Amino acid sequence: MGRLRPALSGASVAFVSTNPDHEADVQDGRFYAVRDASLSSKLGLVAMTLQLFRIVLKERPQYVISTGAAPGYIAIRLARLLFKARTIWVDSIANVDQLSTSGQKIGKHADLWLTQWPHLANDNGPNYVGAVV
Amino acid sequence: MIFVAVGTQMPFDRLIRAIDSWADSRGENDVFAQCGDTGYTAKRIRMQSFLSPQEFTRCVESADLIVSHAGMGTIITALEKGKPILVMPRRACLGEHRNEHQLGTARNFAPSNSIEVAFDEQELIAKMDRLVCGRESRSPISCDANPSLIKTIQDFIFQ
Repeated sequence: MGRLRPALSGASVAFVSTNPDHEADVQDGRFYAVRDASLSSKLGLVAMTLQLFRIVLKERPQYVISTGAAPGYIAIRLARLLFKARTIWVDSIANVDQLSTSGQKIGKHADLWLTQWPHLANDNGPNYVGAVV
Repeated sequence: MIFVAVGTQMPFDRLIRAIDSWADSRGENDVFAQCGDTGYTAKRIRMQSFLSPQEFTRCVESADLIVSHAGMGTIITALEKGKPILVMPRRACLGEHRNEHQLGTARNFAPSNSIEVAFDEQELIAKMDRLVCGRESRSPISCDANPSLIKTIQDFIFQ
């Protein structure tokens, strides 16, 4: 996400990470940490969703951009539902052979749905316009 | 210093063990490994389970060579700092990750000469020997994503 920052310059930005230590890397925005959770932990997902719910209510975002995974998926769904936020998904460059699980599921909820690999782009799926490296 | 990193999720003892025996047989004392929650006891290398993002960046900056799992975070940081990096992919078939995406990353990077890739421990050892002989410096890559990706996102938000 750090490498996409130039695209956000001029906007008021709130960052959410699963690692509280990343607060030190954020000079140009607000910072929140949430717990990490994935489909393998239902209870963790519920707790993380509550954390994201509070953040989304407080920030009332107009746009949400995420590179994944479960936390980004939930943040996008919540912000779209509550505040009609416009949403951007940039599937992680680590997903070379197929989109991430969250990246596949987010398709119909992302206004801009991107993959970082040209061979994963298609007409009914995500677009490819470049990668973070 | 040789900096070894396995990322924040699971340990990757196959990598740590291979590097430790390499260091031990070559008499290499300056190896520091971020090893995750491992039960492995090192013969020669220094180990720490986890590092903060800032400590991690400092280790990359002060390393002559980075050896890691095929995680994109480590690869990008090494490229940004202009450091040579050798990666070995975690294998889901050995219980080292949830799926084989690191194999995909490794296969994709193998033909390029921006990073070095070893698919198993044997190849890792061979490449370690070669890389340590000729530690060359590299020019760092830009800190920003591809311009057309930046512009697409910018246009989406601001127009």
